[in-house]
Amino acid sequence: MSAETVSVTGWGRTAPTAARLIRPRTYEEAVAAVRDCGARGGIPRGLGRAYGDAAQNAGGAVLDMTALDRVHVIDADSGIVLCDAGVSLHRLMRVLLPLGWFVPVTPGTRHVTVGGAIGADIHGKNHHVSGSFSRHVLSFELLTADGEIRAVSRGTPLFDATTGGMGLTGVILTATVQLQPVQTSLMSVDTERARDLDDLMARLSATDDYYRYSVAWIDLLARGASTGRAVLTRGEHAPLDALGTRARRDPLAFRPAQLPAPPAVLPEGLLNRRTVGWFNELWYRKAPRARTGQLQKLSTFFHPLDGVPHWNRVYGRGGFVQYQFVVPYGREDTLRRVVRRLSERRCPSFLAVLKRFGDADPGWLSFPLPGWTLALDIPAGLPGLGALLDGLDEEVAAAGGRVYLAKDSRLRPELLAAMYPRLDDFRALRAELDPRGAFVSDLSRRLDL
Amino acid sequence: MKDAFGLPQSLLVLGGTSEIALATARRLVARRTRTVWLAGRPSSALEQSAADLRALGADVRTVAFDALATESHETVLGKVFAEGDIDMVLLAFGVLGDQAHDEREPLDAVRVAQTNYTGAVSAGLVSARALQAQGHGSLVVLSSVAGERARRSNFIYGSSKAGLDAFAQGLGDALHGTGVHVMVVRPGFVRTKMTAGLPEAPLATTPEEVATAVELGLRRRSETVWVPGVLRWVMSALRHVPREVFRRLPL
Repeated sequence: MSAETVSVTGWGRTAPTAARLIRPRTYEEAVAAVRDCGARGGIPRGLGRAYGDAAQNAGGAVLDMTALDRVHVIDADSGIVLCDAGVSLHRLMRVLLPLGWFVPVTPGTRHVTVGGAIGADIHGKNHHVSGSFSRHVLSFELLTADGEIRAVSRGTPLFDATTGGMGLTGVILTATVQLQPVQTSLMSVDTERARDLDDLMARLSATDDYYRYSVAWIDLLARGASTGRAVLTRGEHAPLDALGTRARRDPLAFRPAQLPAPPAVLPEGLLNRRTVGWFNELWYRKAPRARTGQLQKLSTFFHPLDGVPHWNRVYGRGGFVQYQFVVPYGREDTLRRVVRRLSERRCPSFLAVLKRFGDADPGWLSFPLPGWTLALDIPAGLPGLGALLDGLDEEVAAAGGRVYLAKDSRLRPELLAAMYPRLDDFRALRAELDPRGAFVSDLSRRLDL
Repeated sequence: MKDAFGLPQSLLVLGGTSEIALATARRLVARRTRTVWLAGRPSSALEQSAADLRALGADVRTVAFDALATESHETVLGKVFAEGDIDMVLLAFGVLGDQAHDEREPLDAVRVAQTNYTGAVSAGLVSARALQAQGHGSLVVLSSVAGERARRSNFIYGSSKAGLDAFAQGLGDALHGTGVHVMVVRPGFVRTKMTAGLPEAPLATTPEEVATAVELGLRRRSETVWVPGVLRWVMSALRHVPREVFRRLPL
């Protein structure tokens, strides 16, 4: 186990803070790290894909869990895997796909750990069908502040506090996850264009239930009549008989393409209204008006940005913020207003992502609730951005919605309780489970979690 | 904690009656800042400053602090940091002195130097250590263009600011990579009670403009901020003016 003081940021590369980075290689080392984490506590960290400050801990310890990455047991008949929390979804896909199993939920990147997936209670393009990641977690082992390792099963307060709990209840060491059967490693994808936001919402509402995976990319720089124009991509795992003879020889192949990474230092302002506008225009135009049954690799469909390592560098030194919120069904007025305000402000956002959530899962700080969710990246240096997003937060909270803590780096703490009604339960459980504050992060300090 | 835009939730002002500091605090309270510590010599002005910020919704506390009492800095500031993280320390105390008088009274000149430089070295180092221990935070140091090149009309003040400026730059380099950000702010002539009655220099600015520049600098994590920004170029030109000519400039 090594420890060195380093500067740590989230994927958005804003607000760096210094912490002792500790990399436990055994469960015993993890226990020792939690017991000795000192006055400023510690926080587990996976692959650092949370956009904000969830896996930073200024002046304290950050426990890099990626060295604990063993896949212990795979039950190939029932599709259940028992693995260390430091295993990435990428690794699980490599191991499981040849056996005909796929992860039950994946976000837009495969480079997240199982522990991070539980801590952020991640969702994917199949939320309306499959719910969030925690729905497929049967149990996990949690290293708590007292140095004990507890077996945590579904339906218990500790389970519900930990799923979406941003690592603040303890360190997940292992997890047992129910997988999803697939016949092939290809996706059958339908693409269509929507000319504006109302058209898009109508299309998504009408047909979402027919697709397991569904997502829309919105051009937020489009204005006027085409405000909210979008490209819808929906898909399903391709069945074996959809494959041609050549592909059928190796139907479960997993070979994601990789492009070179952008240079470490890029000029500020590379992504401005003009360049992003060109990109969005191209992206919209290149999408077919309507195409069905196109076969795509899993990686192309789910993780297009994973093909470019360190893509977050294109935002330059100032980094970027991601804004993701959800508003409940019936509050489409709020969604429309937010999209209009973003379009009017000409936020140079790469294609924003809109999708529909299904039923919520019981995690106390779990993000999804039945409604519309929009996610967008914006360069942090955009003048007036903080005030704009504060205004949007108010609208979202008033509509009974919330922002996603795994992506947050700027929410006003006052709004948190309105967005997360079970916040007090979460605080009470933490106070009881971790009275000396062994688990703490920049996120928890900032929002007083 | 600071947010993605570098805005602090808690602020410690050293020199709690400084107009520039209060303008900055007002601006930050309107954004994210909820807790403000005003450190200064106990006075009705300090309490009034606190009341004004409280009226804006901040939780404001005052603490007795004397820049000249360097032996007390460790204790006084230690107590503030013991109460919780400080996301930003604004080092804003300083005196202008009276150049003509101070030239005749070396002890008074020394007082200017001790306040502006020695006091800042002490408070700056104490704050820097505390910020480093918490692994984050900004130390914003109010320097002055007067430190960039000493002028006949206020070289005592200017030399003290020159020392402060060099100290703060070096401290920034020392703290690079520790999570602590040091930002040196160099305003030109600022219209405040400190400069009331003085002939106004070109490119004069206001405390509010300094506050705006500070907020921008925090967002950009700048190391040096000039207010107004054009002074960067004016001063870099003036630095290279031969002394023979500089001496005769109406500055």
